Amino acid sequence: MASSNKHKSISYAKWGYIFILPFFIAYGLFQLWPMFQTIRDSFYSKMTVGLIEYPEEFVGFDNYVDLFKEGEIFTYFGNTFIIWIIGFIPQIFISLLLAAWFTDLRLKIKAQGFFKVVIYLPNILMAAAVSMLFFAIFSDIGPINDVYKSITGSESPYQFFAHITSTRVIIAIINFIMWYGNTTILLMAAIMGVDPSLYEASEIDGATPSQTFWQITIPSIRPILIYVLVTSLIGGVQMYDIPQIITNGEGSPTRSSMTVVMYLNRQISVGKNYGKAGTISVVLFIVAAVLSLAVAAFNSKDQLAERKAAKLKKKKMKGALKI
Amino acid sequence: MTKLKRVLAGTMCLTMAGSMLTACGDSSSSSGSAADVAPVEQKKEGSEDSKNTIKIYVWNQEFQGLFRRYYPEYDAEKSGYDTTKNEKTGTGDDFLKDGKKVVWVVNENQGNNYQDKLDDALKKQADSDDKVDMFLIEADYALKYVNSGYTQPLKDIGITDDDTKEMYQYTKDVATATDGTLRAVSWQATPGLFAYRRDIAKEVLGTDDPAKVQEALADWDKFNDVAKKMKDKGYFMLSGYDDSYRTFSNNMSKPWVENDTIQVDDMLMKWVDQTKDFTDNGYNNKTSLWDDTWSADQGPSGKVFGFFYSTWGINFTLKGNSLEKSVDDGGKEEVGNGIYGQYAVCEGPAAYFWGGTWLCCATGSDNTDTVADIMKKMTCDGDIATNITKDTQDYTNNKSAMDAIASSDYASDFLGGQNHIALFAAAAPNIKMDKTTSYDQGLNEKFQAAFKDYFNGNATKDEALENFYKAAIELYPNLKKPS
Repeated sequence: MASSNKHKSISYAKWGYIFILPFFIAYGLFQLWPMFQTIRDSFYSKMTVGLIEYPEEFVGFDNYVDLFKEGEIFTYFGNTFIIWIIGFIPQIFISLLLAAWFTDLRLKIKAQGFFKVVIYLPNILMAAAVSMLFFAIFSDIGPINDVYKSITGSESPYQFFAHITSTRVIIAIINFIMWYGNTTILLMAAIMGVDPSLYEASEIDGATPSQTFWQITIPSIRPILIYVLVTSLIGGVQMYDIPQIITNGEGSPTRSSMTVVMYLNRQISVGKNYGKAGTISVVLFIVAAVLSLAVAAFNSKDQLAERKAAKLKKKKMKGALKI
Repeated sequence: MTKLKRVLAGTMCLTMAGSMLTACGDSSSSSGSAADVAPVEQKKEGSEDSKNTIKIYVWNQEFQGLFRRYYPEYDAEKSGYDTTKNEKTGTGDDFLKDGKKVVWVVNENQGNNYQDKLDDALKKQADSDDKVDMFLIEADYALKYVNSGYTQPLKDIGITDDDTKEMYQYTKDVATATDGTLRAVSWQATPGLFAYRRDIAKEVLGTDDPAKVQEALADWDKFNDVAKKMKDKGYFMLSGYDDSYRTFSNNMSKPWVENDTIQVDDMLMKWVDQTKDFTDNGYNNKTSLWDDTWSADQGPSGKVFGFFYSTWGINFTLKGNSLEKSVDDGGKEEVGNGIYGQYAVCEGPAAYFWGGTWLCCATGSDNTDTVADIMKKMTCDGDIATNITKDTQDYTNNKSAMDAIASSDYASDFLGGQNHIALFAAAAPNIKMDKTTSYDQGLNEKFQAAFKDYFNGNATKDEALENFYKAAIELYPNLKKPS
């Protein structure tokens, strides 16, 4: 074999591929393959009841037809959305407020690092642990009920987990506490990315802080706001661990805090109905995929708008030069 | 470049969304049929290690405790068992006198968890070299295992009709497979009684004498009258929603499931109506079985008149809950600690039974001789049965031994000197278990859970019933709602 003496430029590209290979292998094996398996299951009737395994049978789209005919899934999408929105409104509000305060040049808040850590801390805790904590706090013999009893003088406790609204609100509060820190940090990064000269200019023009906030900050961070909204929505669709633990997997009361993933979970952990579980998974997948694509679309639309604006600027500059 | 970025962003979003689809796939696709009760053929023999190990599946410590205390072949010294305190102080494995090791596999019972784990193990048994030797089952799902190929007919491992002649008939009926062979034995019989607080009875009814209290509670109308009196004096008649459930569900006129269709018996709807009444009138404390408030209600701070309990509930659960200072904290089971001695029992408004534990020999066990010996000693031996009852106040499955105690001057400290065995002995022969199905545990649990919403006022009766069907079919996807 003759080694070629041709001068070649050295390429490091293959190392890049080698380094990312393990991820793709693991991904293919543990996510892609099970995903195809799940999609396949959704077209089969497949279940196990106790010691009896029922034979697998191809049923085409029957599982989907049954699922939508039953209509339970719509209720659970509704529940999920309601719980998500109860948590998301205060979350975005508080996060924006905190982000605006922390980045305000005139306020000069001291010990910012400390507060940022404190705000972010709940996100590090395990959702299951936080849920257990809240369950204990709001239980019939918990501290909140002690306070409630001593204030109202009532003999019996208020059963938080026996009422629809209170259960949903508690789940939403946990979601809020766990995630507002994360959102705050994101929004702070966005606000700090806004050109400081804009703020200086507005200050010189005599804008009030609220004017600065509504007319400079908000429009400038719009893409990040949309990103936060949609990622939170995707996370919300998959809401599972908190309501699961708070309601012991029952979605009680009257299945009003049962989320879609809990419903999915009930098909395989309570019973063993693989066909139906696969069907719900696929429906959920489609919903989440649509939402994800919406993020991608928004981002690229934004870039498109930016490019247009840049072109416009150039044109204007040219025009200005002509004059 | 932007285009590439866009594509990449899109793919990553999809990847993220896709990751949640990742479910655990179990692609074993063998099929079986329900009626096949012939023992499953074993494809693999147990390893040497498995032959020297007795592997037992249980869901709590109850049987462990009895086994360590009463099984004559148990090597207390080697296992680190303190025979004076009757508790295990060592942390190591349990051993038998012939050197064999006993391994316990403990899985929580609630939500079918124990059954799921056990089912997995039994299905793998034929191909495994680590054999399950024995497992415990409860009344609510006994049939599921008895009518399967995973339990061995007990006559095959050497337990004769003569061995089991002293057992109550119902404990044998429920453990008999469709081919007529006995597949499981129990050391206990579980007639239910109503356990009430003597101090509250004296205050409200003017007497704590079991016979007089029974008179006041003889049927449901009288029971409801007493509930009103309790309420007027600031007490609760019952603790929670599910307390009286068994007194109704045991008296059903048809089984839970017939031809894969769920049937809700009228008796159950009677329970629903009564419990709704009790809840609305404040006759109960709105607790659920086994929750913390329910347990606390049985203790010194409780304001609840009584609890429906069967045999094991009195000596195992109620006694523990009645103490001010629990045994784990160094408290003693004696009068003066909490309300020990303040309870008494009577028959209550309806006869019923609740629970009960049976021992099965797993098909493929490589220690059948030992399993058979454990069964004979723990469930058939009259002397051991007498000792268990005298020491632990449990009610054992041995007619002559129990009748002897019933007619003796036996008195329970915990029940203020009452001979409750006499009441049990009168109730036990009447227990019938002919309406049980293999779905009972799941359906009972789901039924109670679904109607909690109705009691709390979150759902109408029809909504609750609808939710029950939903949950039931999630649990048993092969079942159908009645049309």
